[in-house]
Order: sequence, then C-alpha cells, then structure tokens
Amino acid sequence: MTAARAAGSVGSAGSAGSAETAGAAGGGARAPRRRPDLGKWFTWAALAWLFAPIAGMVVFSFNDIQGRQNVTWQGFTLKWYGQAFAYADLNQALLNTLALGVLTMLIAGTIGSLLGLALGRHRFRGRGTTNLVMFAAIAAPEVVLGAALLSLFLTVNVTTGFTTTLIAHVMFTLSFVAITVRARVLTLDPALEEAARDLGAGPWETFRLVTFPLLLPAIMAGGLLALALSVDDFIITTFVSGDTTTFPLWIWGATRVGIPPQVNVMGALIFGLGVLLAACNVLLARRRR
Amino acid sequence: MPGPSGTSRAPYLLVLPGWIWLAIFFVLPICGMLSVSLMTGNVIDGFGFTGAVGNYAEALGGYWEQILRSLLYGLCATVLCIAVGYPMAYWIAFRGGAHKATYLLLLLLPFFVAQVLRAISWKFILADNGVVLGPLKALGILGPDAHVLSTATAVVCGLAYNFLPFMVLPIYAVLERVDHSVVEAARDLFASRTQAFLRVVLPLSLPGVFAGVLMVFVPTSSDYVNAAVLGGTHNTMIGNVIRTQYLVNNAYPTAAAITFVLMAALLLGIFGYARALGTEQVMEVQAR
Repeated sequence: MTAARAAGSVGSAGSAGSAETAGAAGGGARAPRRRPDLGKWFTWAALAWLFAPIAGMVVFSFNDIQGRQNVTWQGFTLKWYGQAFAYADLNQALLNTLALGVLTMLIAGTIGSLLGLALGRHRFRGRGTTNLVMFAAIAAPEVVLGAALLSLFLTVNVTTGFTTTLIAHVMFTLSFVAITVRARVLTLDPALEEAARDLGAGPWETFRLVTFPLLLPAIMAGGLLALALSVDDFIITTFVSGDTTTFPLWIWGATRVGIPPQVNVMGALIFGLGVLLAACNVLLARRRR
Repeated sequence: MPGPSGTSRAPYLLVLPGWIWLAIFFVLPICGMLSVSLMTGNVIDGFGFTGAVGNYAEALGGYWEQILRSLLYGLCATVLCIAVGYPMAYWIAFRGGAHKATYLLLLLLPFFVAQVLRAISWKFILADNGVVLGPLKALGILGPDAHVLSTATAVVCGLAYNFLPFMVLPIYAVLERVDHSVVEAARDLFASRTQAFLRVVLPLSLPGVFAGVLMVFVPTSSDYVNAAVLGGTHNTMIGNVIRTQYLVNNAYPTAAAITFVLMAALLLGIFGYARALGTEQVMEVQAR
C-alpha cells in the first residue's frame, strides 16, 4: 500500500503501443499518440465513479435549504460552514471519531510495527501461527469480528463504550500495519545495518539511526491506513460502541429524520484533512528518496 | 525496549503486545462466540450453556435465503470489481508513467469519507426524482415509474463501489512487477498483442486477482450497509439478519450461531483458497 513503492520506475518501455509510457525517472520525449487511449478514459471514468458521491456530498454542503431535508438544490450558501458546529451531539460524535482514529493510529501503529519488524526480520517459534492469525483477522468479515467481540464483552460483563470501541479498532487495524511494515523490512538492504555496526554503532544505535529512519515511511503509511480504517468504520463499531456515538453512527441514526447539511460540511472537512495528510505523505516519501 | 537484533529474546518481546492483543480480542472472542451459540435462554432470564445445537438448525433453516443471497451478491460484486478494476490496474501499472503514485492515492482517498456517508450520498444521487433520474424522467427517456433504489442492481453496484480499491491495489501490485522484457520477448516471438497479454501478462497477474477476490468477496458478502441503504426490504443480506438479531432482538445465541455459520463458510473457503495459493503469497500481495 505504500505510495512510495508505486513511484518505482517502469523498466524499459519497449512494446509497441506504449507511446504513453514515459519512464518514471527520465520522462523523455513522447511519441505522438496513434489512437485514443481507451485505458486512460476508462481509468478516469472509474475514478469519477469513486468520487461521484463525495462530489455530491461537497456540493450539497453549500445548499441553501430550510429545515433538515437536504435533498433538492435550493441555491448557494456558505452559512453551513459558519454553523458547522450547531449540533452538540454531532460535535461529540465527531470528536469521538477523531479521538478514536488518532489513538488507533498510535496504538495499532506501534504494536503493528513491532509485529511487522519481528515477522520481517526474525525467525522465531510461532511465526507461522502469527501470520495465520493476522491473515484470519484481516480476512474475517467485519460483522463476525463485531459480533464476536460483543459476545466477549457480554460474557465478562464489560459495559461497551469508548474503550471497547478503541480495543476493537486497534484489533482490526493492527494486522494491516504489521503487513505494511513487514513488506518494507523484507526489502531492507542488510548491508546498511552491517555498515553501521562496522562503524562502531551498538544494536540500539543501529536501530535508532539506520533501521528506524528506513522503516519510517512504511510505519507512517501503516498508521495512516489505520487512521483511515478507524475513521471509516461502521460495522464493527455498531456492535461494540454502546452509548458512545461516532460520526458514521450519528449519520446512520439521523437518516430517519433527515441529514442536516452540517454532516456534509464535516464530511467535506474530514475529506480535506485526508487529502492534506496524503499529500504530506507523498511529499515526505519523495524527499526521502 | 531492546534493539531489533541481539539476544534471542528480542523477537518475542517485539511480538508480545501484538500476540496479547490478537489472542484476547480476536481468538478468544471467536471461541467465546462458539460457546454462546450453544446456549439457550432469553435476555431477561439470562442465557445458560446447554450445548443445544437447535440454534444452528434455526440459523440454517430460517435464513438460508439470506445466506444464499449474500453469497450471490458478493459474487456479482466481485465479478464487477474485476471487470472494472483489472483494466484500471493494468493501465496504471503500464501506462501510469510518473503519476502512478497519484493514481493510487486517488483510489484510497474516498476512504476518508465514511462508508455510510457515501452510501447515503448515492441514495440521494439515485433517488427516484433525484439529480439523475429526475431529468431523465422529465425528458421522457425513462418512464415515470423507473427506479434504481430498492433493487438488487443498486445493492450490487453499491457493494462493488465500496470495495473496488481492494481489487485494484493487489492486481496493480503484481502487474507493476511484471518484467517488460518478458512481454517484449513474447512480441519478438511473433505473439500478437492479445496473445502476449493472454499467455504472458494474465497468468503472471493471477495472484493479484486471487488476493483481490479475497479482499472483495468476504466483505461484500457480509456487508449490510449497502443492503440497508440502497436495497429496501426485499434485498436483505445475512449481515442485516445478524445485526438485527444481536442489536435489536438481543437473541444472542441465535445470532452467534448465524454468525458462526457465515464465518465457517467463509473461513473454510478462504483457507482452502489460501492453501492452494500459499498464505504468505496472498498476504504479500495485500501488503503492497
């Protein structure tokens, strides 16, 4: 998933009809196009499909409506951005989602990175089982994870709420972080660490000064993935959140009475934040290159 | 915290937090659910373990229709994802040039808008007199009764929409590593472009397709958001049933039995699938 990998060079561009393929590094002269590039149109059409509901959401955040039914276009206004925080319970839901996302990013990012480092670097007893359990945790349907955790909390009489939701989010995101970091560990050049040791660095110094900086892009990508999965999650959260409401849960509850434009505003703001984070990650990866 | 290398205890210290978390909050609950599924009782008097298998009979007998429908919708959504996702992954990997990273990022960005919000946004866009159907009806292209919502098509398209990136990314990861000289060699040996694709590129990309199928089929066949928002009352899936039994009816043993049946069906399939292909390989592809 690391965007940095994606920038790798394409290799030799030789086959006929690859006039579009400009080498990633060189960007040499392009041959004139011989026929319309259907693949390009197709890809952009599919991307348009992906972004259509988001565009709809953003457009309707500027809709000048009366009441709560935000369905038909009434005219342009910016007032909802001024009144973005008019619903106290919606604000609380948003705060819960952000707090859950950041805490999940930190906890799952740390635990998952350690797991990924161990799996990529070391041979140890239980390595195969660990891989299998992580695989099952990723492959298991969300509804099963949510239902199973709820069964556990019911059995041991734990009241569900913010903490149980955080536990669930860390549980289902940490395997994603671990495999992202592991993939990076496997491609590290061992000569770099050897060189550090030859120059007199101890194991801890080698890790801090050489290994960790090399892994940082993958750790950040994994953390970002955990954040995105946590902010987006609805199914697992419905089972284990108890009285705690998150942003998706609040929206779900509001569908019956009509979704106020404030939801669109907040969705647009979170989306903007995601764009910003992603852009930072790309710039950082590019600088490290 | 110790360094990454050195003593032989190091790997165990590294994996310990992850092990504990996954053991307590993943492995244990799954086992616990098995025990709950064998209980009888009700939410007021409490549930007791009786080893009753009647819950399973109820799960299979009462909800086989939803189970089959879920598998069918999941299959249709997965096929649709391959049909849209493979050409996309192919184009980005081979023709994306210097902008590959940007295209991949564009694929992931929609995830920052909650799935529920995107589903509801679709509901507005596709509403019977909404921005798409309204003008088409006004122009007489569609009849006044034409609708998209509350149909199986809407649910399948919604599912495919949600999980398309999970198909594109693994296929892309594999295609990106295909050595172009192999394709050139095929062309030099007088393979047509179609032949070069079918006999060289396609077989090399199959692990990515397999990983993508796994990443799409499991969540689509157990989803309930799209069925609830886009599907109306005649298209409920097994996820809707589990949710209702757990959170509305509080019928935990029955719900656990249904969940267990769903999980067993999917996990058996997954492990058979992974065994045939190699777990490591499928997971490697996911990681990229």
